[in-house]
Amino acid sequence: MTAIDQPHDTSVIMPELLGPWALMWRKFRRHRIAYASLCLVVMIYIVALFGNFFAPEDFTDTNRRGIYVPPQGIHLFYEDKSGDRQFGLHAKALKMEVDQATMRRSYEEQSGKIVPLGFFVKGHSYKLLGFWKVDRHFFGPKKPKDVVYFLGSDRLGRDILSRIIIGTQVSMSIGLVGVVVSLLIGVSLGGVSGYYGGWIDNVIQRLIEFLRSIPTIPLWMGLAAAIPLGWPPLRTYFVVTLIVSMIGWTSLAREVRGKFLSLRKEDFITAARLDGLSDWEVIRKHMVPSFSSHIIASLTLAVPLMILAETSLSFLGIGLQPSIVSWGTLLKEAQNIRTIIEAPWLLIAPGATIVIAVLALNFLGDGLRDAADPHAH
Amino acid sequence: MADPVLKVRNLDMHFPIGGSFFGKQTDVVRAVDKISFDVFRGESFGIVGESGSGKTTLGRCIMRTLDPSAGSIKLTTKTRPEAELIGASRAEMTAIWRDMRMVFQDPQSSLNPRLRVLDLVGQALQKSEGLKGQALADRVGDLLEQVGLQRAFLMRYPNAFSGGQRQRLGIARALATKPEIVIADEAVSALDVSIQAQTLNLMQDLQEDYDLTYIFIAHDLAVVEHFCDRVAVMYLGQIVELADRDTLFRAPKHPYTKALLDAVPRPVPKARSAKRVAPIGKVSDRVSTGCKFAPRCPLAQDVCWSSEPPTLTLGSSQLKCHRPDAV
Repeated sequence: MTAIDQPHDTSVIMPELLGPWALMWRKFRRHRIAYASLCLVVMIYIVALFGNFFAPEDFTDTNRRGIYVPPQGIHLFYEDKSGDRQFGLHAKALKMEVDQATMRRSYEEQSGKIVPLGFFVKGHSYKLLGFWKVDRHFFGPKKPKDVVYFLGSDRLGRDILSRIIIGTQVSMSIGLVGVVVSLLIGVSLGGVSGYYGGWIDNVIQRLIEFLRSIPTIPLWMGLAAAIPLGWPPLRTYFVVTLIVSMIGWTSLAREVRGKFLSLRKEDFITAARLDGLSDWEVIRKHMVPSFSSHIIASLTLAVPLMILAETSLSFLGIGLQPSIVSWGTLLKEAQNIRTIIEAPWLLIAPGATIVIAVLALNFLGDGLRDAADPHAH
Repeated sequence: MADPVLKVRNLDMHFPIGGSFFGKQTDVVRAVDKISFDVFRGESFGIVGESGSGKTTLGRCIMRTLDPSAGSIKLTTKTRPEAELIGASRAEMTAIWRDMRMVFQDPQSSLNPRLRVLDLVGQALQKSEGLKGQALADRVGDLLEQVGLQRAFLMRYPNAFSGGQRQRLGIARALATKPEIVIADEAVSALDVSIQAQTLNLMQDLQEDYDLTYIFIAHDLAVVEHFCDRVAVMYLGQIVELADRDTLFRAPKHPYTKALLDAVPRPVPKARSAKRVAPIGKVSDRVSTGCKFAPRCPLAQDVCWSSEPPTLTLGSSQLKCHRPDAV
């Protein structure tokens, strides 16, 4: 019997390499938007990781001669001194003019003067990943002394692009921390609640109901007020995020409990136990995979929620304090009408960044959920 | 035939009614009520009864996926001395589950849709014999061919199969550890008639190959008559009659068995029995004393209401009735 099947066997056994995760990946790649979003999210995290390398300027550098500079374009061709058209990345040099009557600043392009731009240029020095002292930057003016504001500058003449890039670090990481905390607490407490039932289930469910009945915004404000003033702002916000996610786990725990309760009665769980699997193996091999799509989806969809929570808290002034740069604190600077009229880029640039990041994470979550579900088409 | 594989004695499975956070437990449902029987090596032992008679609960108690309230279940296999299943630890049960396997009613829900055939059927082998990779694939492939499926199906997921094929997968899975006893809980009820016949024939062929003992739980009397050697009839958690297939189907002794057999639709009008026994009213277990079937029994007398019937032994059959000669 086996001899006849020998030629068959090789072709049959080959796809054994494709485990459930490989199949999921295959399906995921077919989901175009989700795949593009994954690339974008990975790019955003790479930018966050090597923030100073991608930032053209030092994000703390103020410039009295570059207050509220509008975004400067990148140009490709210029005329050199002999009048020939030359190719070279450059920006137009700007000259500040102050209208004496209204005391308004305006910026004029200086004809003939250009600021050459390039890749891997020298600039301010920083520590790459906190270890190596480097002064190379991905993109920027070739001469270290020149300053170009690709996305404009703020009221102190600081470069918005650099600040958004540095803000990515805080905004994208703090969402993850909150989500990981809710995941750990939610899955373990929800799992215990659903798998064992009885009085443990009762206690956990009453606790969840209690936590969910507390209104969040007053709680956050109260907690923000209760945190010692002497703490550095980042630690303050870290603690606030932890406390926010302490409440955020409740919905995940309920989902997990419901899934465990319904799965526990399924025939295939009984069948797996009869196959000799231990409780832990049953949970790991049969229960978790059948709701991993739920977990993945709620996680990727929770990250943008956390980012938005950070943004809105910072905007209200109870999250991060301005010496820390995050997308929320950047938006806070565009909180008054005068700024919006005079320098709309202060609102548009960070706002667009948040929208793009949140949309990318949402599409990524959708794609992952579809890929993890074998019944979805 | 006199070599019992499984001895069940006075098995009880009671479920509490009420008993919530505020309320007190008011009563119990006696899903399995003092059941005793033996299953002999190599036979197909049928358990029949209407819905709610406790046949599935009985099967689950024997598998110990439910913990019986009282009683004793003893399993004797070729390799193992007599083992008591009630109170056995999880580790002991894991060993016993290799010799005693189960085929589920619904092949759709008993196969995890997220696992491939290789993982589903091979799972037990992986745990019991530690097989991996090519060795596992070979063994599972052999099993698939034995149940009439193709080796090429190894990498497919359960939703790529038809109902009959899925039940074959369920059988392959049960046979993976070379068991001695297989409990088939309504194994063919979810299939249509032609597929039922194929599956039953397959199970009979495998019985010879593997020297299997079946406990076949069903509600379809025609299937039981075709498949089983001995049949137990259950009513409200009790075995009311246990006899050889021929004895039971030709000459039922218990009024309930008679009523059940009379209820089987007969396509030929002349073959319909003239003297039918039809039970009165609906199933009710609110009988404190006496025979549980008394409220529905057309032959009930005062003694049936007042005292619980004894278990009579007539030749090779058992009967739980006050009036064994009335039918």
